[in-house]
Amino acid sequence: MTRSRSDFLAVRSIRAGGVRALLLTFVGLAAILGLSLVASGHQALADDPTIKIANFTFDPPTLTVKAGTTVTWVNADDIPHVVSEKDGKFRSSALDTDDKFSQTFSTAGTVEYFCAIHPHMTGKIVVTP
Amino acid sequence: MHDEFNPATEASEAEDESSGLTRRGALTCMVWAGTGLLWTLSGGVPKSLGLLGDALAAVPTGFTFLQISDSHIGFNKPANPDALGTLREAIGKVKAVKSRPAFMIHTGDITHLSKPDEFDNADQLISEAKLDVHYVPGEHDFIDEGLGKAYLARYGNGTKGQGWYSFDDHGVHFIGLVNVVDLKAGGLGRLGPDQLAWLADDLKDKSDSTPIVVFAHIPLWTVYADWGWGTDDGLQALTLLKRFGSVTVLNGHIHQIVQKVEGNMTFHTARSTCFPQPAPGTAPSPGPMTVPAEQLRSMLGIASVEVRTGDKPLAITDTPLAG
Ligand SMILES: [Cu+2]
Repeated sequence: MTRSRSDFLAVRSIRAGGVRALLLTFVGLAAILGLSLVASGHQALADDPTIKIANFTFDPPTLTVKAGTTVTWVNADDIPHVVSEKDGKFRSSALDTDDKFSQTFSTAGTVEYFCAIHPHMTGKIVVTP
Repeated sequence: MHDEFNPATEASEAEDESSGLTRRGALTCMVWAGTGLLWTLSGGVPKSLGLLGDALAAVPTGFTFLQISDSHIGFNKPANPDALGTLREAIGKVKAVKSRPAFMIHTGDITHLSKPDEFDNADQLISEAKLDVHYVPGEHDFIDEGLGKAYLARYGNGTKGQGWYSFDDHGVHFIGLVNVVDLKAGGLGRLGPDQLAWLADDLKDKSDSTPIVVFAHIPLWTVYADWGWGTDDGLQALTLLKRFGSVTVLNGHIHQIVQKVEGNMTFHTARSTCFPQPAPGTAPSPGPMTVPAEQLRSMLGIASVEVRTGDKPLAITDTPLAG
């Protein structure tokens, strides 16, 4: 499944809980994804993984995805966090409560990331071919 | 309030640590005084002057300055829906100090999200104290799109690097350090080699008898690594300071009072003016601690530091916003 990053930039401001509405809204997107996704919101979630930031941790701390997957982080803390690749290859803006950040991982390998303002918070995305 | 606190034990541990600067484990002897009561440590180490009434009644004899910290203007979550209101109360306490302080330091997290209106609101309130204010940034002051441009445009004038500087007043050498920039994955706060080189240079002409006050946002010693409460290369800075007869290290970030004495060094963290945070390891995370409204102001406050002559440690008085 391929999805351009800009699709996610467009929906970034939609708050948690809007997954179903989001799917209905982005009919064009759903068409690309195929009928099975439209029929099952749960499957859509499984394919579009979310990492929850809560209690100053990334949950799950290690996430394995297929190349081309877009991963979304959502901040459930009442303190802002900043999702940043270890060497700054990508970096979110400051995510306040409920803010989201998405990043598409197109090449296989392990990506290490951390919170740029709470650097003891670390996580990994394992991207498989 | 701090039932576990045993003055005798703490004093003897403090002595044991006088030569133990290099041990990360040295920090187990910290004294928790987090809930608003003040205390005296025996054996000539810093002495708190008592609760608010006593503190204000005891007129300091020497040169004093004030510390406020972690005002987090812009924060509006349940732990404190009115960050501006509590900062206003803190500034009220500052104005009520009887003997006029020489100036104030703010040890960072002025704002919550580095937004222009947050900086504006903080500035406007803090200026009501009519004191010179020396700032250092917290990590919350460096999360604008320009990664610190907003802070440096306001407070960076005359500073080096990402905003560090020093100045002298009444024979005391003050050093404001920045340990919230270019942090590394898996690490803690960080000063970086440029700042450490500057510090070595800044100190090289100072005599050992010059009293030193160092302030930075994140504690320069490891308070609790699991929550990121420390500075990776803080020890290098402390090593540069070891030869001085009186060193006082003032930090914020952890929104509670922690004091420690090691040889000639006194470490102190200030309360926030916005919300309290839990004592290390007592909660699932270091996030804001929501307490009953009537308790909040006993856990927020300001600190006053009285400079004494000779090798004596500085006297630090913590004043809560309310008893
Ligand atoms: Cu964070």
